[in-house]
Amino acid sequence: MEQYTMNLTLKVWRQKNGNEPGRFDTYPVKNISSEMSFLEMIDVLNEEIIREGKDPIAFDHDCREGICGMCSMYIDGRPHGPWEKNTVCQLHMRAYKDGDTIVIEPWRANAFPVIKDLMVDRSSFDRIIQAGGYISVNTGSPVDANAIPVQKDMADAAFAAAACIGCGACVAACKNSSAMLFLSAKVTHLGLLPQGHPERRSRALNMVAQMDKEGFGACTNTGACEAVCPKGISIENIARLNREYIMAGLVTE
Amino acid sequence: MLDSKIPSGSLEQKWAEYKGHAKLVNPANKRKLEVIVVGTGLAGASAAASLGELGYQVKAYCFQDSPRRAHSIAAQGGINAAKNYQNDGDSVFRLFYDTVKGGDYRARESNVHRLAEVSVNIIDQCVAQGVPFARDYGGMLNNRSFGGTQVKRTFYAAGQTGQQLLIGAYQALERQVALGNVKMYTRHEMLELVIVDGKARGIICRNLVSGELEKHFGHAVLLCTGGYGNVFYLSTNAMGSNATAAWKAHKKGAFFGNPCFTQIHPTCIPVSGDHQSKLTLMSESLRNDGRIWVPKQKGDKRKANDIPEEERDYYLERRYPAFGNLVPRDVASRAAKERCDAGYGVGTTGQAVYLDFKYNLINKYGRAEANKHGIENPDTETLIRLGKEVVKEEYGNLFDMYEKITGENPYEVPMRIYPAVHYTMGGLWVDYELMTNVKGLYCLGEANFSDHGANRLGASALMQGLADGYFVIPYTIGNYLADDIATKPIPADHPAFVEAENAVAGRISTLMNIKGTQTVESFHKRLGKIMWEKCGMARNEQGLKEAITEIQQLKKEFWSDLKIPGAINEMNPELDKAGRVADFFELGELMCRDALNRKESCGGHFREESQTEEGEAKRDDANFSYVAAWEFKGESNWELHKEELIFEVAKPTQRSYK
Ligand SMILES: Cc1cc2nc3c(=O)[nH]c(=O)nc-3n(C[C@H](O)[C@H](O)[C@H](O)COP(=O)(O)OP(=O)(O)OC[C@H]3O[C@@H](n4cnc5c(N)ncnc54)[C@H](O)[C@@H]3O)c2cc1C
Ligand code: SF4
Ligand code: FES
Repeated sequence: MEQYTMNLTLKVWRQKNGNEPGRFDTYPVKNISSEMSFLEMIDVLNEEIIREGKDPIAFDHDCREGICGMCSMYIDGRPHGPWEKNTVCQLHMRAYKDGDTIVIEPWRANAFPVIKDLMVDRSSFDRIIQAGGYISVNTGSPVDANAIPVQKDMADAAFAAAACIGCGACVAACKNSSAMLFLSAKVTHLGLLPQGHPERRSRALNMVAQMDKEGFGACTNTGACEAVCPKGISIENIARLNREYIMAGLVTE
Repeated sequence: MLDSKIPSGSLEQKWAEYKGHAKLVNPANKRKLEVIVVGTGLAGASAAASLGELGYQVKAYCFQDSPRRAHSIAAQGGINAAKNYQNDGDSVFRLFYDTVKGGDYRARESNVHRLAEVSVNIIDQCVAQGVPFARDYGGMLNNRSFGGTQVKRTFYAAGQTGQQLLIGAYQALERQVALGNVKMYTRHEMLELVIVDGKARGIICRNLVSGELEKHFGHAVLLCTGGYGNVFYLSTNAMGSNATAAWKAHKKGAFFGNPCFTQIHPTCIPVSGDHQSKLTLMSESLRNDGRIWVPKQKGDKRKANDIPEEERDYYLERRYPAFGNLVPRDVASRAAKERCDAGYGVGTTGQAVYLDFKYNLINKYGRAEANKHGIENPDTETLIRLGKEVVKEEYGNLFDMYEKITGENPYEVPMRIYPAVHYTMGGLWVDYELMTNVKGLYCLGEANFSDHGANRLGASALMQGLADGYFVIPYTIGNYLADDIATKPIPADHPAFVEAENAVAGRISTLMNIKGTQTVESFHKRLGKIMWEKCGMARNEQGLKEAITEIQQLKKEFWSDLKIPGAINEMNPELDKAGRVADFFELGELMCRDALNRKESCGGHFREESQTEEGEAKRDDANFSYVAAWEFKGESNWELHKEELIFEVAKPTQRSYK
């Protein structure tokens, strides 16, 4: 791949903390290599901002390998930027060309309040898991791992759902700020495995109740979530969740 | 003085004996005991969840916004266990033996044997939690093989094993949070250990959102804070991985074991330029199916696919016919460096070798699939197409990642790879119970020095982290806390807490008040360069001595010319980073001193002065069969304590993978 350099204009959301209003600031960045990652481009800008004695742009990131789910930037109207099935930390600058202007915002959702600049608080996701996103098994009690065979296609489908990295892009993309894709991925992951069967009904009910409590919106099946999900979590999971939820409702009544 | 508390009895009986006689804490008393768990990666999350289930009052901490994001999430290839599901001759003894040998006889036998014993329970536990390991068509668990072994004992979930294991532990942890047994503090960073009457009794941490300092009490403190590979700046570790918690404990008296033992992983995506912020691993599991080669001709500039078979040097297969591409990491890394240094490297920088999947794509997977589908005499194209599907299922995420980073399609052209810093075998010294030499202070997971000797085998870190957290600490902590049931929580205004908090506040304001001109990042890069060049894949006396002087000078410059923007009482990622880099300077110096002291080569520690005629690492058992446990004595001043290593069962020999 041919390497090239570019000059860009960034419009970045700056907000000191959750209580103060935010605004866009404009930054020119120069001599960016096409081989850099998007976050490395921000690193370069931040180094300059610091040298000028100003406050660098705060953003969440850690693994920079697309797996921890920490990075979260809304780039030109799309969570994680232009590439399909990708996180922003894996976005590379060859996606851009000289002279481009890029607009960068945080995830926007009531249930994800801004902490600073591009950083948001996603602890609502942890609380949804606390409501039932687990199998109730204590350390030390299990049977041999091969005692219960699991059909390969079920295991594969459970794995596909379990690949969710909890980034919240699905929420950021949704006009209702619904967390249904995230939640349904967990319900599917655990519900497809025999180990997760006993709790499937209560799991669906309790997790959905918690989601409502956190202020996420309702799902109207727009499919925006699936389109931006970096891990390709399928919207079919939402249909499955709805079925589980209805069944659970029937049983409890 | 160093008592490793290894139980008596035969190796196979030690752990059973220990568990049979360890003191217990009754359920009512557990409720009154508070345990601090710093770090919620595999080691910390599994420990916090298990201790919560037992009824202890647990407080857990991580610096990310959720425990699910710990660095463990990035582990790719798999986790070992001596299940022998493949019927290929595996056993607890073999896993034990492979690990001791792989570690080049610098690990403690008793710990490693226990690790091999509990490995089987880990897989049971994870499956029960819903970890979706790979399975075969009969619904049974699948295995792959990793370096340094001749059996298939590695359990995996595509190239996302760490993610799936951590999600399992995370869910168990969140369940305990919901039940009120664990209180979770996210975006909190431990900055000091509090010791009262010689026992670890709490921590000082900074709330990374508000910038406030907080004092937390615990009857015992567990550090599960991961490794320190980021001393080198460029590594495969996550950006936030750091040594601060362990380092603060070290400065408060905990000995640091074998700091120079660093693992350089042979298969990572090469550095592409100065902007590089981290390096990306391509899992060792790829060596199952990939063949490593360089051109036979020096400086061959042809494209990989244009170089005919007979002009390729499969140097690992050539040098190590018995293990071939599956030699341990240290051996594979040095062999790659040797070829590149000799001028056979590929890519624009010449600092890379090829990892090529074509052979297995066609001959292993393609043919098997063709047979399965009853296709007779398939042409190469068909074989490639069929093989690709299988490879995609096994490693799809890794191939995608490679393509996103390099812009090249590894299904079509071989990957370019080069060794990179990956893991640290060194860490806080712990005894058999995982307690440091500071009473009540434990250390689990990558942060301790314990099980991997001078070189860790692939898929053994996940095993160790979960062994420590699920199956070791729940037993050993009771043995200590049983004598502590009468101890009341120590209030936050106790002088020891106040003093520790003041020390932290003082350090932070010193950092902020330097008001110099250079950024944290620029210092970190320079430190990393010194470490990589002089304390990296090959080390020698002169280089190490130079490194120590250079680090000391750079440290001085750091403390006089550092620039941190922003304020103390607010979110300030630059300040967080500055504290971590400040500790890396001190740790980096100790690593060099340890490397200088250890005049032998062993595992990942390669002293150029000590090699065999074939260029392999040459141990010196007569003089160095010990764990180097360093005691902090003041700035740039350490005292060496030695724990002699006694091998009763796995008798040391020159490692051979030929
Ligand atoms: C890319 C990659 C791939 C790997 N693949 C494999 C593999 O296939 N198989 C294998 O066995 N091993 C693998 N490893 C190694 C393995 O992943 C790690 O050794 C292991 O996960 C470490 O787990 P841990 O729980 O000890 O620490 P970590 O997962 O690093 O967790 C550290 C925790 O400590 C917290 N923390 C740190 N400092 C502080 C502080 N001061 N205050 C508060 N909290 C703090 C962090 O927030 C985090 O929660 C891989 C490593 C890498 C880098
Ligand atoms: S479902 Fe996809 S977009 Fe939503 S949190 Fe999971 S990985 Fe992110
Ligand atoms: S930084 Fe971890 S997913 Fe992007």
